[in-house]
This record gives sequence, C-alpha cells and structure tokens, in this order.
Amino acid sequence: MSIDQRKVPAEPQEITGRLTGAGMLRTEEMVLNIGPQHPATHGVLRLKVTLNGERVIEGQPIIGYMHRGHEKLFEMRDFRQITNLCSRMDWLSGINNEIPLSIAVERLMELEVPRRATFLRVILIEINRILNHLMFTGSYGLELGATTPVMYAFREREVLQSVMEMVTGGRMHFGFFRPGGLKEDVPRGFPQAALKAIRQLIGAIPDYEDLLMGNEIFKERTVGIGVLDPDLALEYGVSGPILRGSGVGLDVRKADPYLNYDEFDFDVPVGPSGDSFDRYWVLIQEMRQSARIVEQALMDLPAGSHIGKVPKRLTLPPGEIYCRAENPLGELGYYVVSDGEAKPYRVKIRTPSFSNVSVIPHLLRGAYVPDLIAILGSMFFVVGDVDR
Amino acid sequence: MAQLLQQAFSNDLFILALKLGFLLMLLPATLVLGWVELKLGAHMQHRLGPMYPGGFHGWAQTLADGIKFVLKENIIPLAADKFVFALVPFITMLGAALIFVVIPAGPNLVIEDLQVGAFYVLAASSIGVIGVLMAGWSSANKYSYMGALRAAAQLIAYELPLVLTVAAVAMLAGSLSLVDIVEAQGPNSATGLWIPFLFYQFLGFPVYVAAATAELTRPPFDMPVAEAELITGAFTEYTGIRFAFSFFAVEYISMIGLAALGAVLFFGGYLPPIPALDFVPGIFWLLLKTAIILFLLIWMRWTFPRLREDQLQKFAWKFLIPLSLVNIFVTGLIKLSPLA
Amino acid sequence: MNENLPSPNGSGDPRKYKRTTFGVGLLKGLGITFRHLISPAVTVEYPDETDKPPPRSRGVIALKTENCTVCMLCARECPCWCIYIDGHKETRKEGKRSKKHNILDRFAIDYAICMYCGICVEVCPFDALFWSGEFEYAEHDITGLTHEMERLNQWMYSVLPPEVLDEGAEGPEVKSASQGEG
Repeated sequence: MSIDQRKVPAEPQEITGRLTGAGMLRTEEMVLNIGPQHPATHGVLRLKVTLNGERVIEGQPIIGYMHRGHEKLFEMRDFRQITNLCSRMDWLSGINNEIPLSIAVERLMELEVPRRATFLRVILIEINRILNHLMFTGSYGLELGATTPVMYAFREREVLQSVMEMVTGGRMHFGFFRPGGLKEDVPRGFPQAALKAIRQLIGAIPDYEDLLMGNEIFKERTVGIGVLDPDLALEYGVSGPILRGSGVGLDVRKADPYLNYDEFDFDVPVGPSGDSFDRYWVLIQEMRQSARIVEQALMDLPAGSHIGKVPKRLTLPPGEIYCRAENPLGELGYYVVSDGEAKPYRVKIRTPSFSNVSVIPHLLRGAYVPDLIAILGSMFFVVGDVDR
Repeated sequence: MAQLLQQAFSNDLFILALKLGFLLMLLPATLVLGWVELKLGAHMQHRLGPMYPGGFHGWAQTLADGIKFVLKENIIPLAADKFVFALVPFITMLGAALIFVVIPAGPNLVIEDLQVGAFYVLAASSIGVIGVLMAGWSSANKYSYMGALRAAAQLIAYELPLVLTVAAVAMLAGSLSLVDIVEAQGPNSATGLWIPFLFYQFLGFPVYVAAATAELTRPPFDMPVAEAELITGAFTEYTGIRFAFSFFAVEYISMIGLAALGAVLFFGGYLPPIPALDFVPGIFWLLLKTAIILFLLIWMRWTFPRLREDQLQKFAWKFLIPLSLVNIFVTGLIKLSPLA
Repeated sequence: MNENLPSPNGSGDPRKYKRTTFGVGLLKGLGITFRHLISPAVTVEYPDETDKPPPRSRGVIALKTENCTVCMLCARECPCWCIYIDGHKETRKEGKRSKKHNILDRFAIDYAICMYCGICVEVCPFDALFWSGEFEYAEHDITGLTHEMERLNQWMYSVLPPEVLDEGAEGPEVKSASQGEG
C-alpha cells in the first residue's frame, strides 16, 4: 500500500449521491457539536460541524468559553502583576508570554538589561519552547489513537520541568521575568542540570520520530491532510510552526531579533507542503534547534548581575510600543499604551493561537471526521491563548 | 468411584452444567487479561501501572474496577429506545461467548465438536456487531450512531479476509471441524514431524491477525470506539454494569476467543510443539499459544495510531483480500505438492 | 505536496520521512515499545515515595506570624486579592515612652483564589512570608482552602533555606529563611 496523494475531494453531495444511488435515498445533513467538552479540543474549544455522513461540509470554531478578560485586567495591575498574569494566557509556554511584555517596558523606559540576564532569558525561553513542543507532539499521537508517544514526551517534560522548577519555583506558570532582568539569579548546579536534561531530550527525539513519523499509519493519517496554503495562512495572520509548515520561513527570532538571538547559531525548519505531517515535523525539528540554542547559551553564560538598574517604582513614560516575540505557537505581540502611570493605559495582545484557530474552517471543508481531529491537533493552539 | 464418575458423565444435565461452568470461567479470565493489558501497556509506556489493589503488583485492579462498575448508577437516556438499549449487553456478550463452544482444549475436551466448527466461529463472532448497531441506534446520540455505522462498515471490510484465511486452513486440514484442524497439525505420517499450519500459512497468519484486530475494534482499527473522535462510539451513553459488560468484558472475551481460534488454526492448538512434551496437558499448550497471540494484540494496541475508516476499507479490499486470495492459491499448491 | 518548492534549509526535509517501504515503520515502532517494556519504569509510586521539590518550589505560602507587622503590603500587591488581614493597634509601655504596636488578629490566604505568583513573598519587607515546597493540602470543600494563620504558621517547618546561587551570579539579594522556627 503506497502513501498516495489524496486528491482534492469532490463535492460531498456528489460523492454520497454516487454511493447511495443518486437521489433514491433521502440524505440529511447532521449538525454535530464537537466540544466544548471533548477530548480532542484541548480544553474548551467548541466546533460546530455540519456533516454529510462522515464528511465535513462546514466546521466553525466557536470560541469564548475561556475568556478571562486579560486585557482589561492588565489595565488595573502594575507590571510585576501583569508578568504573573500573562503567563496564564498560553499556559503551556508561560515564560514565553512574559518576555515581550518585559521587553516592551524596557524599551519604553530605556532600561539596560545585563548580558547575563539576557542569556538566562534565552535559556529559559528555549527550554519552555521544548516543553510546549513536547506537549503537542505527544498529544497529537493521542488524538490519532497512539497512546504511547504522550507518555514518552511527558518523561522528558518532567526532567525539563524540574529544571524550570529549580530556577523559577513553578512548573507551568513561572512568573520569573521582571522588567530589567530576572526575579533572582539561578541556583548553583543549574547549568549542569539543564545540560543533562537537554542531552536526554536529544537522545529521546529519535524515539518520537520512529514511533510516529516513521509509522505508515501515521503517514496515512497526516500526509496531505489539512493542507494550509501559504497565502491563506499569511492572510489570516497564522504564524509560528504552522506557517513554517506551509513553507514560509518566518521566525521572529530571525526576522526581528530580540534578546540576543542574533548571536546564536540555529536553523529555522521549514516544511514545504503545509500538511499536518509537515507541521508535526516542524515541531520535532524545532525541539532540536532549541536544544542547540540552550547548549550554546549555557556554554557562553557570562557572569554578572541578573537585573539591571531598575527604579523601585516602575512608572512608564507616556507613549506606546508594540513588542513581539516568537511564542512556541507563533508570533506573540503586546501593544502597550502608557499615560505615565504605574499601570498601563491599555494593553492589546496579539496571540498566535487566535489566528491559528481562525483559519481552521478553511481546512475542514471536505475532510472526514477523523481528519478533523487530525487537523485540529496539528493546528497547535491553546484555548486560553485564543480567548485570553 | 470410577463408576460414579462414569454415571455422572453419562448424565446430560451434569455435562451441561460442566459446559456452562466452563463458559462462566470466562469472566475471571477477562479480569486477568484486563490486568495483564494494563500492566503490559504501562510498562511499554515506561510506567508501573496499577500497583496497590490486592498488594502484589495491583493484581486486583480489574476486580476493583468490576466492583466499581457494579456499584455505579445505571443510566438510560430519556430519548433512548429503552428495551433495545437494555438488550445490548446480552447480545454482544452472546456473540463473544459463543466462540468458545467449539474451541478444543484436547481431543475430547471440547464443548461441542461441530463439523462446521470454523464456519460457526466466524458466524458467531459477527453477532456482536448487531449488538453494537443496536447500541448506537438506541442511545439517541449522534456520536454513538456514527460509531455504530463505522462498526457496521468495518464488518464488511474485515469479515471477508477472515473467512478467506480460515478457508485456506480448512483446505489444508480437509475439514471444518476445529478438532480435525488441530489433529491435521499432528505428526506427519511420512516424516514424523509436527508442523503447525503457521509454516504453510505465513501469508495467512498476518492477514488473520489484522482482520481479528479489526473485528475486535482494537487499535490500529479502533475507529468505531475512537476515544479522541467519538468518545467510545456506540457505548458513549452506557454506564455502570451495562458498560462493563457490553464493552470491557466483551472486548476481552472476544480477544481470548479470537486468539484461541488463531492458536487452533495456526499454532496447532492443544498439541505440544515437540512430541517429547506430550505428557503436559493439552490445555496448557492451548493457553500458551493463545497468550502469544494475545501479547501480539496488546503490543500492537500500545504502539500504533488509528487508521481512518475509508483507509481500513482500502487496506482490506486492496491489500488483505488479494493477499488472502494469493494465500489460498499458495495453499492449493502446497496441497498438491509432496510437502503435505 | 508541492515538489517544486525549494528544499527547506538546515534541518533536513520532511519529505525524507514520507518515503518508506511499507511495514518497516510499523516494526520499528513495535521495537521501541518492546524496548521500553523490558527496561525499568521511570515513574515513582506517589504516596509511598515522593519527589523532593526544590527549595524555590512554590508549593504553599508559609507565614512567620511574629515577623508580620500588619503593613498590608502583601494584601495590596496581591493580583487576585486573596489575602485577608485584620489587625489592631495596641499601646505598650517601653520604659518611659509608650509605643504603638500593630497586632495581627487574622491572616488568611484563600488558596482557591491564589495564583501562586509569589508577589506577596517578594514584597514583604519584614520577612514574614516564605515559600514552602509542601503541596499535599487538598481539601474536600472549596471553602476549606481558606487557611488561617495557625495553619500558615505550621508550614514554616517545611520552609527550606534558599539555594546557593550559581558561580556567575552577583550580589546575593535573597532574603534568608528564618532559622528561628525550626
């Protein structure tokens, strides 16, 4: 049995018409609500799907079940509090949510960040990126019916999470960045522990590849499924691994370097075909690249202070700024407007998951229900990040 | 004493009670198999699995699960077809248990040695699908309905290769009776060697395992249950003891049944692997060979992702059925050759 | 697949994985699970053995009651307003002068609301709040998660001393956990 290219599906009515004997039987479309309580929706995303048999005619994601009003909350909080709150948006990549905000404040206030703090930030961000990618690669197998990859992924997650916990005290919500640097310096033994965890991860990646990516059934389920056109992706503002899976090599770390990403040597993996398989492949390869960055940063970690000269009371000068960073799921941006108070006047957040979910209806048309799950799992999103 | 035994065994009622007793043994067997699957699966995932219930490596986990299922509330959805809904566990259970009627554990140790045994097994094992269809229809749930339709579609796909592989074995043995099939794998009159049919059916056995997995709706062919899509498919609305019986118990009983059938068809059933081991009772060999196939099924379940329904159809019609036809052809050649 | 697109850079090509002979990948997968089956498990049996949380672990907030001066900084800085503090002023005679003291009447944290950010621990100017790695304090009722000062004080016993900083670090500005309690 060869892995053949699935042809563009014909009109659903045409297919069922042929199968059922062309109008002899009365067929009816069925509306199925997938979610908000469903194992494949990663939380509380609701999909309203119109089905013709097993074929999806139309699928519409309905969001808002987890709206917590982050943007409004931020108007009432100072920046230390916001740092802790914003890691709750995309709970899988807490520390990645904190960085654009810290940079925004630093740029507005013209604070200087010590070199050591920048390096440590890069290390923590990349470890967190690996944590996020492990979660999605593991759970993608679960959605396709393979129960084992998620357990292997969590084995490595546990080791990396222990490293994060050793530094920040948290396992999901780290709240470790402060405008101007870090909350505190890393404990003794951190570089060794981090290096060991990264090495273990690199040793385990071939297992993930063989278990799923080499598996014929997995390829049957993902190759050519949910092909996202690069133009469509750019129209919808899709970013991150999903955009790179569609052949557009856009990475904020390369395109608009923040911190000191321009000092490190790493590749941006780009999948050419835009199907679920390529998106999954991009995640696995990005783990390798993140591990490379962490290793380089640990090797060159300079001595020094963990936080720059920061006034006791952070008061932003009036002004506005947009700061973006490469979240594990795409481009995360904060648009901060300050009127000179300790609290921001307005914070607008551009989250990657929102764009990723918006484009889903285009991919669902004509897919089968099992493909729907395969597409949903490969359009990596976190519901908290969609709704905020 | 011997006379008493002889009297007892000539009594039809006693024999019937014995046979029923044997069938009842299946329930504890499902608990054991359930536990084995939990433990094997856990260790394949670098976990320990159940460790506490019962003390030794959580041996009582499935027993505790069973008690929990008994104690749980039996819910029948308001919109459900109540009679059909309640009937389902009996139908699925019946289909699973009927297989064992013809599985021989020894030359005379068989509940009923039907002359059409192999045919009967295939017919009986398909009854369960009717139960699944009934469950999907009566639950008044769209997910259940889709699961039931998938199960029905799957039936058409795997039943044909299953029948064709069994037909090849029956060709080799020259009989449909399972006892005859086992005996045909006994010592060859010319060479004195014991050759199981697996030796000739190197094409048939993989097809049998694939088709049996599809029949059991286990991964990679578990589309009708598909937890991540249909949330256990046809049995979404079932709770408590009904769920345990129509889903868990049936799954494990059919697993044992089809694995035992595989052991009979391909591994020589109750016959020892070499004649020197003849003194060990045949039931031991049957259980050992069944366990090998069961391990294979469990191993696959914890490794593979699941296919799509149309891909199973493609796989069955474009790959399994041609392969089993080739297998029948090869079997015919073997039958004509001096090997047989 | 778009075969005419340029081959992606550095980290290889997913198309490489898409080409395999049928069955090899399946067997490889079976090999991986079998290898794990025969190697020892990595999990621990939780209630019997536990992983030790590191000193910085944000398990639960412990209160050193006698250090608290009822300054209310923590309650004001808390992003979710889950700290409840009551106090009154008392005048005590110290030699000739009489001095006003703040006396803590109630200090409670509602852990159902708390988001474990640690800002209260950070802002406390008198070293009265500490992180403890203790995490086994689940309750049957959500109201039971509001813990009063007696319970918060008990957790002081499980507070670990702060970790030594990395060699490259500068200025140990970490406040020391009190030795007084334990």
